[in-house]
Amino acid sequence: MIIDLKNVSVAFDSQAILKDLSLSIRNRDFVTLLGPSGCGKTTTLRIIAGFLEPDAGSVFFDGKCINSLPPYKRQVNTIFQRYALFPHLNVAQNVAFGLKMHKLPKAEIAQHVHDMLRTVNLAGFENRSVASLSGGQQQRVAIARALAVRPRVLLLDEPLGALDLKLRKDMQLELKNIQQQSGITFIYVTHDQEEALSMSDIIVVMDEGEIQQIGTPKDIYDEPQNAFVADFIGESNILDGVMLKDFRVRFAGVAFTCVDKGFAQNEHVDVVIRPEDIDIVPPAEGLLQGTITSSTFKGVHYEFIVDVQGFKWMIQSTDAQTVGDVIGIAIKPEEIHIMRKSRYSGTIGDYSCFSDEFEELSNPNEDTAEDTAETEESP
Amino acid sequence: MKNLQAKHRRSLLLNAPHLLWSIIFIVAPLLMVAIYAFRDRSGSWTLDTFRSLFTDKESALNLLFIFRSSLWYALLATAICLLLAYPLAYFMAHAGKRVQRNLMMLITVPMWMNFLICTYSWIAILSERGGLLNLLLARLHLPEQTILYTPKAVVLGMVYNYLPFMILPIYTVLSKLQPSLVEAAQDLGATRWQVLRKITLPLSVPGVISGVTMVFVPSVSTFYISKKLGGNKNQLIGDLIEAKFTTFSDRNGGAALSLILMVMVLLSMVFMRRLSKDDDGAYVAG
Ligand SMILES: Nc1ncnc2c1ncn2[C@@H]1O[C@H](COP(=O)(O)OP(=O)(O)OP(=O)(O)O)[C@@H](O)[C@H]1O
Ligand SMILES: [Mg+2]
Repeated sequence: MIIDLKNVSVAFDSQAILKDLSLSIRNRDFVTLLGPSGCGKTTTLRIIAGFLEPDAGSVFFDGKCINSLPPYKRQVNTIFQRYALFPHLNVAQNVAFGLKMHKLPKAEIAQHVHDMLRTVNLAGFENRSVASLSGGQQQRVAIARALAVRPRVLLLDEPLGALDLKLRKDMQLELKNIQQQSGITFIYVTHDQEEALSMSDIIVVMDEGEIQQIGTPKDIYDEPQNAFVADFIGESNILDGVMLKDFRVRFAGVAFTCVDKGFAQNEHVDVVIRPEDIDIVPPAEGLLQGTITSSTFKGVHYEFIVDVQGFKWMIQSTDAQTVGDVIGIAIKPEEIHIMRKSRYSGTIGDYSCFSDEFEELSNPNEDTAEDTAETEESP
Repeated sequence: MKNLQAKHRRSLLLNAPHLLWSIIFIVAPLLMVAIYAFRDRSGSWTLDTFRSLFTDKESALNLLFIFRSSLWYALLATAICLLLAYPLAYFMAHAGKRVQRNLMMLITVPMWMNFLICTYSWIAILSERGGLLNLLLARLHLPEQTILYTPKAVVLGMVYNYLPFMILPIYTVLSKLQPSLVEAAQDLGATRWQVLRKITLPLSVPGVISGVTMVFVPSVSTFYISKKLGGNKNQLIGDLIEAKFTTFSDRNGGAALSLILMVMVLLSMVFMRRLSKDDDGAYVAG
């Protein structure tokens, strides 16, 4: 373990921001902190970087407590949410800054700066002022500047948040490559769940200053631990259910076979079914019947909202359906996922007030990305 | 096309009050000064006013001496202001909101008071017999100080009057400095001292430049402070100009001197601009 947070708590103005948070990060992993805005992701990074001392709990680096170690002595570097490049220095001087602070010989600094700029595809930009660079280029200067001092851990706070969609995809690949080649531990913050799923070794899902689940992308997607995680990662239909006995659950008024066990008899549970795991069949063949209330073409598949006894389901399928038609719903046992009740139960997972506009509102990050038209010129 | 003209007219209209204000209070007085400087008493155009300032050797030398000491006093006052203001502004920019508000009050209160009153108060504080300062020193069994009617008092008066004009622009720049820049520097291994030298100081140069300008320009042209606090031994150019207008009722001579002073101030401002540009150049070079 390279970094250990043990029971860390932080409060601002007597409002708890991080609540007894514990997190262990393995050397060379790509770890993503994922959660809605204001859940404490940046605060967690600031604690690891040393800009903020926790009110309670400890931070360990390589097994040593570093609570009161100032930032400039930590082998941890940060890519800031808005890059924070030094406006009075040019590109090369920005990259050289950390090396100069560490008093390396001049020739070595020059060589290293040159190499770093090559790594991030900015060779030839040495003497440009940082204000004259595009967002993507500034981003890469920030990466080169942080990597130049050879940190053990790199903290990245929504580094791609301000870039447009295409550039963001390219940079995702580039970052992943850099991480694998350099062997540096990355702690990456995003509230874009797709980005988290595609890049990370480990995802840490946070909400309201608490960790909801830690696991591999596949774990998190397939085995969400509560309704919050299920809803935040991908689309989910979350229904109220009762465990009748092992491998048998009742929801929507019908008993289904499932693959979960170990619950008390008649325990109330949350049932998660992913929209893409539901099969549309003729009404007579389904255990449930519903009416299609809306249909949206999404490129590869259609997305339907289906009314089943007043509960709105989301179903994805490659076959077109007509709005108003009655369909049958079939679900295979292994597609039914059972979770214990949590404080999120009943508050999320119903698509009755769902619309695309609403989705955009709740995902501001993608909005800004599409609004900022970024033109990328390569040297 | 029509649209553009309408827009143009509207902007002219919106700017009219400002324009009028500038003409009445800035351009017109300057023109008056220039006109008086190049005319004689009878109102005909001439360069004699300037010539007469330098005709006999003694008055020319005297004038040169006065210019030189004005410049010297102003430079000294500016330097002292800078040395006092920067740490204070730095402290203010990093203090809590309440402390910032209170300090701001303390700094601006003297600016609301008439500076004649402030200067008279300094006479009361510094005067040799019964002055507050010497009373205090006597209490502490320290030797008496003669400050009033010496150059020290003049510089003190300038510093006191113009210090806020140095603090405020520096404070403004420092408080707008992005905290993330400082954090980025610390993150890359800079100690507090290195952050100050490599990030904070260079980025606050614009505030320093405008503070220096705002202190130097009024200091170099000040009158009254030197007259009241410096006695009659330390006449400065501002006093001379004032004397020309009042005691000698020589408007043309006063205007000519004012014009010379103005040219000097303008030149020094251009020089300052150049200096700050050179600084930018220095960042690029290394
Ligand atoms: N210095 C501070 N003083 C007071 N409150 C703060 C401070 N810093 C953060 N907070 C509060 O702490 C909470 C968590 O902030 P944080 O920046 O960690 O969120 P985040 O998960 O990074 O959000 P985002 O995705 O919007 O960046 C927010 O409610 C924020 O208002
Ligand atoms: Mg944040």
